[in-house]
Amino acid sequence: MIGFIIRRLLASIPTLLAVLTLVFLLVRVVPGDPAIAILGDRATPETLAALRAELGLDRWIGAQYFEFLGHALRGDLGTSMVTHRAVWTEIAEALPHTIVLTLAAMAIGCLIGIPAGVWAALHRNGPIDVLTRLLSLLGLSFPVFVSGIFLLIVFALQLHLFPVIGNPRPGDWIDGLHKLVLPALTLGIVMAAYVVRVTRSSMLQVLGEDYIRTARAKGVPRRSIIWRHGLSNALIPVVTVVGLYVGILIGNSVLTEIVFNRPGLGKVIVSALTQRDYTMLQGMMVIYCFLIVVVNLITDISYGLIDPRVKQ
Amino acid sequence: MTDVALSAPPSPRRAMIGRLVSNPTTVAGVVLCSIILAGALLAPWLSPHDPLEQNIVDRLAGPGSEYLLGTDQFGRDVLSRLLWGARVSLLVSFLSIATAVVVGGAIGMISGYIGGRFDLVTMQVMDVLLSFPSLILGMIMVALLGSSVTNLVIAIALTAIAPFARIARAPVLVLKERAFIEAGRALGFSHLRILLVHVLPNIVTDLLVMGTLWMATAVRTEASLSFIGLGVKPPTPTWGGMMRDGFENILDSASLCIWPGLAILVLVLGLNLVGDGLCDVTDPKATQ
Repeated sequence: MIGFIIRRLLASIPTLLAVLTLVFLLVRVVPGDPAIAILGDRATPETLAALRAELGLDRWIGAQYFEFLGHALRGDLGTSMVTHRAVWTEIAEALPHTIVLTLAAMAIGCLIGIPAGVWAALHRNGPIDVLTRLLSLLGLSFPVFVSGIFLLIVFALQLHLFPVIGNPRPGDWIDGLHKLVLPALTLGIVMAAYVVRVTRSSMLQVLGEDYIRTARAKGVPRRSIIWRHGLSNALIPVVTVVGLYVGILIGNSVLTEIVFNRPGLGKVIVSALTQRDYTMLQGMMVIYCFLIVVVNLITDISYGLIDPRVKQ
Repeated sequence: MTDVALSAPPSPRRAMIGRLVSNPTTVAGVVLCSIILAGALLAPWLSPHDPLEQNIVDRLAGPGSEYLLGTDQFGRDVLSRLLWGARVSLLVSFLSIATAVVVGGAIGMISGYIGGRFDLVTMQVMDVLLSFPSLILGMIMVALLGSSVTNLVIAIALTAIAPFARIARAPVLVLKERAFIEAGRALGFSHLRILLVHVLPNIVTDLLVMGTLWMATAVRTEASLSFIGLGVKPPTPTWGGMMRDGFENILDSASLCIWPGLAILVLVLGLNLVGDGLCDVTDPKATQ
């Protein structure tokens, strides 16, 4: 297992390097001078030159690239151009909120999605299956800010079950949990819609396999056929989708954090965007990419845990 | 009996259209999309008011005979803004997906056709693009480029190029080994002619089916960017922008959020239903 993890870690290095290169290029390829964008058209040539020197924009692009790579790999993401605090500090303060939200949404997505997908597969083409398919398509069609606002209108404004603003009181975990419900549901419902579809089709494929027929012929109890022989073999595509979906989840968490006014990476990135804080944006992109690489790694490792054949 | 024996089997294309028409989900999707498309095209005639006309006296008015769906915080007619907003939503999502299909399709086709190290590097770049959260990539691109229809199209297209490149590449890898491509090469056809005349027709269906499904994503992305404030600049009505305005006044009038939200939902659901139907018809195994 350790050898498998090390191999996977080594395999993710080129991806991480490629992503860092893309981030570097994205910020620089875009037309326009960042110094003018930050200081405005009326800035004097001297202040512009000073800012360019501060940002390192006056040097050869290759030198900028290697310096950026070196700093990023050491975890030094620079200083915010607006708040003048270390980018890493700002991100580290916001990151736990986003991770809690994402994990809660994943839990909701899997707890609803996997059983519903199995259920639909067992009742193929019946009313339950059709209803599940329609509901999942509806779930997929909701942009998260729309479903978030709709949930807010119903559960916070009409029924008064949850607070309108989701900024939790520090140290009060019951309050935190209470305020997490609606945002996590908003993200979790869309994820459940994805998971249902994949679980259903994967389960249908597995249920048609010879070994399931053999298990039935041997008189293995139905429950054991479904969960032990069926689902455990159908899980690999589900895990793939959950892993891939984390990227969407992280993107969607930005919208959810805005709707519910929650602290997190979403708020940081939106204020960086509006204030044209380039170092912050660059740092955020590195962090997002790093998160995705880590999730891909966890996904790969979980393949090995679910299916021992993958390890070979 | 002889009638049956003599009648020719329907052509594959006609059979496909037959399956499409008899599929209730596709029909429902086409109906939903048509309603929105008709609203967008007929906006100048259907709109009861000028979508930009402010009437402060009637601000935040509820639904009534003068304003069917009420007014927003500036007293602008919500129905008229919804109808005109459909234009931006459809235009941006259609153009961005068309760009992604053409650019991504070309990259995938050429990469698969050339193969070797070029293919390896191109696909690595596509994988990197694919791994990046698309909404965040779109947000950053729009913020860096500035928000205009053209820049929105570029930003959303960029988030969708990688999947189309992947879809176009896979069949090309198989096709280029087939005898008819070999024959074309032996006859001295140019690579461009082989790609456009002999390879493209074989992958165009896959690209179009994916295009429909991705258009739903593009509508969502455009609306999300507008909601964050990175969409087409106000006062031009956009559904995402209307949601944003409505959200700021949610305590006064929740309906300002509900109408544009439902409009986005109807269009995305319609496109998803059509895309699902097309998947069923072109590859019945995929969604058994």
